[in-house]
Amino acid sequence: MSRSDDTVLLANVSRRGLLKGLVGGSALVLAARWDLALGNEEAQYGAGAMPGGWVDNPNVFIHIDTDGTVTIINNRAEMGQGIRTSLVMVAADELGADWDRVRAEQAEGNQEKYGNQNTDGSRSMRHWYDPMRRAASAARQMLEQAAANEWDVPVHEVKAGIHKVTHPASGRELGFGDLAEAARSLEVPGRETLILKSDSELRFIGKETGLVNGELTADHPKAIDGKDIVTGKAVFGADIDLEDTLYAVVARPPVYGATVKSVNDSDALKVPGVRKVIRIEGAAQPAAFNPLGGVAVVADNTWAAMEGRRALKIEWDNEPAGDNAGYSSDPYRATLEKAAQSPGKVIRQSGDVDAALKNADKRVAATYYMPHMAQAPMEPPVAVVRISEGKAEAWAPVQHPGAARQGIAGLLDMDPENVTVHQTLLGGGFGRKSKPDFVAEAAVVAKEFEGRPIKLQWSREDDIQHAFFHAVSVDHLEASLDGEGKATGWLHRTLSPSIASLFAPDPKHKGAFELGMGFNTMPFSIPSIRLENPPAPAHVRIGWFRSVYNLPHAWAIQSFAHEMAVAAGKDHRDYVLELLGPGRKVNNLTLGDSWNYGEDPDLYPIDTGRMRRVIERATEEAGWGRKMEKGRGLGLAFHHSFVAYTAIVFDVEVADNGEVIIHRADIAFDCGPQANPERIRSQMEGSCVMGIGIALQNEISFKDGVAEQSNFDRYLLPRMPNAPKVVRVHLIDNPGDAMGGVGEPGLPPVAPALCNAIYAATGKRIRRLPVGDQLS
Amino acid sequence: MINLTINGEQHELDVPDNMPLLWALRDVVGMKGTKFGCGIAQCGACTVHVDGVAMRSCVTPVSAARGEITTIEAMAEDPVGSQVQQAWLDLGVAQCGYCQGGQIMTATALLKKNPEPDTQEVIDAMSGNLCRCGTYNRILAAVERAAGKGDKA
Repeated sequence: MSRSDDTVLLANVSRRGLLKGLVGGSALVLAARWDLALGNEEAQYGAGAMPGGWVDNPNVFIHIDTDGTVTIINNRAEMGQGIRTSLVMVAADELGADWDRVRAEQAEGNQEKYGNQNTDGSRSMRHWYDPMRRAASAARQMLEQAAANEWDVPVHEVKAGIHKVTHPASGRELGFGDLAEAARSLEVPGRETLILKSDSELRFIGKETGLVNGELTADHPKAIDGKDIVTGKAVFGADIDLEDTLYAVVARPPVYGATVKSVNDSDALKVPGVRKVIRIEGAAQPAAFNPLGGVAVVADNTWAAMEGRRALKIEWDNEPAGDNAGYSSDPYRATLEKAAQSPGKVIRQSGDVDAALKNADKRVAATYYMPHMAQAPMEPPVAVVRISEGKAEAWAPVQHPGAARQGIAGLLDMDPENVTVHQTLLGGGFGRKSKPDFVAEAAVVAKEFEGRPIKLQWSREDDIQHAFFHAVSVDHLEASLDGEGKATGWLHRTLSPSIASLFAPDPKHKGAFELGMGFNTMPFSIPSIRLENPPAPAHVRIGWFRSVYNLPHAWAIQSFAHEMAVAAGKDHRDYVLELLGPGRKVNNLTLGDSWNYGEDPDLYPIDTGRMRRVIERATEEAGWGRKMEKGRGLGLAFHHSFVAYTAIVFDVEVADNGEVIIHRADIAFDCGPQANPERIRSQMEGSCVMGIGIALQNEISFKDGVAEQSNFDRYLLPRMPNAPKVVRVHLIDNPGDAMGGVGEPGLPPVAPALCNAIYAATGKRIRRLPVGDQLS
Repeated sequence: MINLTINGEQHELDVPDNMPLLWALRDVVGMKGTKFGCGIAQCGACTVHVDGVAMRSCVTPVSAARGEITTIEAMAEDPVGSQVQQAWLDLGVAQCGYCQGGQIMTATALLKKNPEPDTQEVIDAMSGNLCRCGTYNRILAAVERAAGKGDKA
């Protein structure tokens, strides 16, 4: 990463902290607390506006042992995005630590101490890059001060190098470990005095390493958990191994909101190893992150618990579920499609769309459908909870340990102070594990077994049938073109159940954070625009799924822009560049968006110049415009989300039998400054594959309130043969803008780019996802 | 009582005959490297070797696991397995890592049987292993890298 100035002096934020040394033991140092050390209470945007804010106290995040081992605390969930490596690497680089002597330790859930820990919204690096650099810079300066004191020389004469501090004038040097003890008695330097390393002094940050588009380049700092992962030693949620553990599974009501009418557990209790059958009360709708209720079977091992569950005879009561029990996907889709033909709540309006459509030389109209999807992380939800003597301790793969802590405390009526949540590695999250209902369930069961750890395991069927589903959606668009094919009017109606239905009476309309995901932030420069949001009720638990509402919005808008280009008889790239207009920075507030991913509109405008640049780069790299053989085509899509910019071009062949063969993907990505390009590439590659699944395979459909898919035999996910033969990621060198997200922005443009390529290859327009067998 | 040979060691387990090897390994023997992903042999996270052949432990009853069982925990000691692991590290394959033990077990079984697979053979062999993070391109490259190393070794 580079910055415009070589030396960065930090803003004058004066909150000093005192170092309190650890008493006894060899473990040093930088470990105590700095009184409140919270974020800026007045902050309206960014990290400071998040619950818990940011913390940059070196005592909280950096520990140095007298043997020189540097331990850096990671306060964000590791779910595959590589944050445990990348964030620790940022701190280690600024500190000057030898990577081979750095270890990571995972923070327990405690936002008062560690700042915001809710790992979602692609925020980890953009909110924690600066605080971690400041913390490491402060620690480095304390080590320098300790050395200067030891040698009785002015501090400006000493210099921290790699894992040591030197005094060039006398040739003396001391290792970080040698200085650790002395450093602990020093005051933490004030923020205004911190000096961050210049780009030329950095070893890791912003450096291209590892695998770059098929070529192995420079060595990269070894992934913190890499060795443990490949040797089977990495500890995910289910790998927590405590003595006296009992194992539980739960039979949950198949329909959202239903309850247990009766249960006959006599056969279940006969299964060898089954200890107990417990009824769990479900929360009334809206259920938020509370358990759905049902019947838990507790046994000596997971298999016995599953066998016991199979033997239960449960009669469910669908009465409390209301009309959820009648929820079926086909009629629901028809209802939304019908509603999409009538005006809805106006979200944004300029010019006169009705007049534009009336006076159009050509009109284009299309309706797009995206079904429910389940996140289906490879590790199904699982949690271990032990309750004893008024305290609860949980170990779980959660994206938000603070929410898990609150959930347990709330359900069991405990003081959160008495609840500890240890965060394990997550075997994938994708939004599913931001909802800690599975931890709360384990706590409810553990309450019945005082003193014994309960490992509550979800099966894959549980995971898919009781997901917090990605919202089903219908998007209807109409455009008017003039005689030259130029767009004069744009009407977009979007319909999806809202995530807000989880927490409050169903609003039936999308909230600001949902509309702001690419709907009202649509950046095309068209004289007349009207955006509407007709109602759509929720009948299942709707929740965050990686990239969230950007998925349907990008899918519809990017497909439709291509349809307009086709109608206008223009090249798709040229046409969208014209729709975007010249590069300009648009304040989201002027588009009716009050959200902007929580970021300051001045720092994070919607920049059509950056949008143009990713489009131009992806199309150039893909050889846009080249002649394609029959049955093969190039497809483009782009999207702004999580304050970053992505464009993708697919080179696709559709075989006679309808099989989609993806020859190549060219992805251009601009997230501003790049902390760890190696993991950014990996996120783009992974997003590409996941998006291919959204385009071709993923669908959860409902019949009478019950999900029709329950495992990977019918809920299809991409496999190796579905991946592009070649994926090339083109990172835009853009250190001058503010840092954007990485984990999610790669996903939204994948499905529309692929479907646009399918159109280019076959002339067949896909308006309903997934593609499934529509091409055969 | 069921007798199992796991990574060269004998284990006597008091479990029902129909318990899948996966749960015997994880909950009874206490070896957590083999992962639960689907329970119906669709994802490959639970892949182990039985007499060198890649098997889905989630659908293999302990009573049928007659033979030498090898798990991810033993791959570092295995000449082919350790090459595969190293290739995984060299290319930064893993994202969340949950499926990767199973991927490595499948890849190792392939390379033991076919030390120089062509690309299509690798894709065919690996297509039963799901990775939700979408690391397939790196997995493919890593298997080919490990195969190349096998030549030199």
